Amino acid sequence: MWVGRRLRRVEDPSLLRGEGRFVADVARGCGAIRFVRSPFARGRILSIEAPEEATVITADDLAEIPPVKPMLHRDDFIPVEQPILAKEQVTYAGQPIAAVIAPTFEEAEDLAEMVFVDIEPLDPVVDLDHALDETAPLVHPHVPANTVIDASLTTPGFDAAFHGAAYHVEIDVRSRRENATPLEARGSHAAFDPRENRVTLTASTQGPHMLRTALADLLGIPESELRVIAPDVGGAFGQKYSLAMEDVVTVWAARRFRRDVAWIEDRRENFASFHSRDQRYIVTGAFDESGKLRAMRADVRCNVGAYSCYPVTCGVEPLMAMAELPGPYDFRNYAVRSRAVASNACPIAPYRGVSRPVITLTLERLMDKAAARMGIDPVEIRRRNLVREFPYTSVTGLVYDQGSYVESLDRSVQLVDLERFRADQRAAWEQGRYIGIGFSTFSERTGYGTSAFAARKMDITLGYETIDLAMDPSGSVEVRVGASPHGQGLRTSLSQLVADELGIDPKDVRIVHGDTDRTPYGWGTFASRSMVVSGGATKLGATELRRRLADIASETLEAAVDDLQFHEGKVLVRGTDVGVPIRDLARLAYHRSDKLPPGEEPGLRVKATYDPAGTFSNACHVALVEVDLETGAVAVQRFVVVEDAGVLVNPMIADGQVHGGVAQGIASALYEELVYDSDGNLLTTSLMDYLPPTIAEVPLIEIDHLVSESDATITGAKGLGEGGTIGAPAAILNAITNALSPLGIEVNETPATPERIQKLIRQAQGAL
Amino acid sequence: MKTPVKLRVNGQAHEIFVEPRKTLADALRDDCGLTGTHLGCEHGVCGACTVLLDGDPVRACLMFAIQCQDMEIRTVEGLADGEELHPMQRAFWEKHGLQCGFCTPGFLMLAVGALERKPDMDEEELKEMLSSNLCRCTGYQNILAAVRAAQAEMQ
Ligand code: FES
Ligand code: FES
Repeated sequence: MWVGRRLRRVEDPSLLRGEGRFVADVARGCGAIRFVRSPFARGRILSIEAPEEATVITADDLAEIPPVKPMLHRDDFIPVEQPILAKEQVTYAGQPIAAVIAPTFEEAEDLAEMVFVDIEPLDPVVDLDHALDETAPLVHPHVPANTVIDASLTTPGFDAAFHGAAYHVEIDVRSRRENATPLEARGSHAAFDPRENRVTLTASTQGPHMLRTALADLLGIPESELRVIAPDVGGAFGQKYSLAMEDVVTVWAARRFRRDVAWIEDRRENFASFHSRDQRYIVTGAFDESGKLRAMRADVRCNVGAYSCYPVTCGVEPLMAMAELPGPYDFRNYAVRSRAVASNACPIAPYRGVSRPVITLTLERLMDKAAARMGIDPVEIRRRNLVREFPYTSVTGLVYDQGSYVESLDRSVQLVDLERFRADQRAAWEQGRYIGIGFSTFSERTGYGTSAFAARKMDITLGYETIDLAMDPSGSVEVRVGASPHGQGLRTSLSQLVADELGIDPKDVRIVHGDTDRTPYGWGTFASRSMVVSGGATKLGATELRRRLADIASETLEAAVDDLQFHEGKVLVRGTDVGVPIRDLARLAYHRSDKLPPGEEPGLRVKATYDPAGTFSNACHVALVEVDLETGAVAVQRFVVVEDAGVLVNPMIADGQVHGGVAQGIASALYEELVYDSDGNLLTTSLMDYLPPTIAEVPLIEIDHLVSESDATITGAKGLGEGGTIGAPAAILNAITNALSPLGIEVNETPATPERIQKLIRQAQGAL
Repeated sequence: MKTPVKLRVNGQAHEIFVEPRKTLADALRDDCGLTGTHLGCEHGVCGACTVLLDGDPVRACLMFAIQCQDMEIRTVEGLADGEELHPMQRAFWEKHGLQCGFCTPGFLMLAVGALERKPDMDEEELKEMLSSNLCRCTGYQNILAAVRAAQAEMQ
């Protein structure tokens, strides 16, 4: 068995040798594009002046390109159009207004500095609460109250259940703006081939097929005139799924000037590429005497910035919040209003976990607060409310497959030795030290297929994945996938799946991805879906190839198909040493088609599509922290993850995803925040102001895996790419709140910076 | 105006013509064709551009190429001995010390440079040293494990 092994990754040797091929490596020596960006959050463009000799592209040059209009087919949605380059007005600071092209990147930068854009600034609105204020300016004149989506739902009988409850616990949770900050910023290189009248775009993207469709639609060309390649991609975390306006300009310029051009984003630009989070949840939980949640009322507000991202739209944040806020808890009465609010801030796009880090933060803070109110242990209140029977249909109609919600909680209580900690904590408090523990139990919906995306009513329904799988005459296998991994090691893990199915070595399996010329149409890699969906398709394909090989072998070996066994590169007759190398069968399939069983096609090529309904992973995170009362600084001392993502194809890779995810969750909880001033200028524009954690801030992450057997996916694998980021902020804020409970402090805002904590401490001390 | 500069990179001489404002990182990438040195921020924080300059780890985005005349530069391309990976590279592979691999050349050069100077760093010193670079994918745990494993082998 190869599945379940911690196999070293095939991706690594070239990356370790410095032989990776990232977009900037491809872009050496071609024409350089540099964007001139808006220095204002909102204003009217009066004029654009550029040095005469400069090649400058403005909205006027792109008149034939329609604006980008991401669509949701819902009555509660108002579409907003985004011009590729700002036209007449600017709507957020950093918005591209013009592009210059020069022979080198240095010259392009110099030139861009010399382009003068005269803008009459207007009063912007950047803050979430301000944008909802009646007196706030309208970001888009046709969007009343700056509300692009205003979705709501109330279950029948909600009022009675809500008002009849014994306890009402309210919580107001705020997450500030973040940036996914892949270490490689975005960029693309467009090579024009005059012979074929075709552009090859090498782009740092998570979804090359989606990008090709978007570009071809906007440029009004057949998709066949464009090839999109995702080379090595230096991290993405969601940020590189949404369409970059800059890519449109780059392809347009390559066609217009019939030459190779590239845009390589710098870090400062990346800070205004796409943002994330910036949400507020005001939630009231209605509990009965026993601590059981009976009803929940929620008001969700998401500051989605100036425009909607393509293709998933700005609806993804509030709609996910609306559907998934009930989380892992069983209750039947729910009333929610969920809004996407436009502002003159940078557009929002999904970032690892999308709304779920804030959903989980809200629910888990609510549980702790309710527990404190009712004098129940935080672990106990969760036990009383977690879903236990599967399949479970949530109050919003989501079906949870087999999971281990209670078990993961119980296991983590054991791992951290809760009783011992409580004793240590009492002693610490007596000495004036503030240590705390926080739990976070959550579900992670992954492997969204067509049905899940269709429910969102986007113009484009994402979901399935297709693979082409072929064994060549030498017996080696090539699988071409529509997924587009960028650090997840999917080539390695898919090869493990195929190897098991065909009884061959993973070394004999090559996975091809990230090239629209070589791979079947697919949706790319995001939303923890690739192992589930692409893995499922790969398994289906490998099973079909195995069937074909078995048919041929059965003829060759004169044995029944059921008696055949695939093992170490051979097909054997079970219980004998009679067999034939798979290599020989492959040879025969191509070169001796005269010998194939009747009806068997020559060659060994199959196609498979997988489209699951979706599955739920689950986990419990526990954080142990110490808060310094003087400085307000928080140190995470221990972090425990009990994760259930079903079958782990490569546990080493799975653990790596958890480590990286938790690190980003810790970043959200404590460090990272994009700050705007009241004029809408982004103040955090370097890695000196925006603070991704270093090794000094990330503790050792202790991981334990549970394995629920779920038939929701054909590999048994559930996704887990986002879980770390989803669960960690809640665990940490619960831990801080627990540490500071002697002062009666509640921490409900991320990031919980020293400044914020200090302020809370001072308020509490002032009140004492 | 462009100036001639002689760089010695991984034991090889490169005679290049660059503007005085050209950084060492850009010169390595554009003029020497060594694209293994990556740029994550170009302002000296992320460390993706770390190379060894006369044995010391430096941020190649903070040096001008013309400052490096006649100095001995080592980049990630020079770590392996032909087919044979450097112990640090092997350890990163074995311990899953990389995901997207963008930060990896910087971490490799940082750790190799530091351990060549001081082979017996303890855990705290290793962490302190590694805290000068950023990785967005791994959460650092496996990077530390890799560096520890390589340290044992390099001694
Ligand atoms: S690129 Fe040199 S430190 Fe980031
Ligand atoms: S492996 Fe991606 S940034 Fe380190």
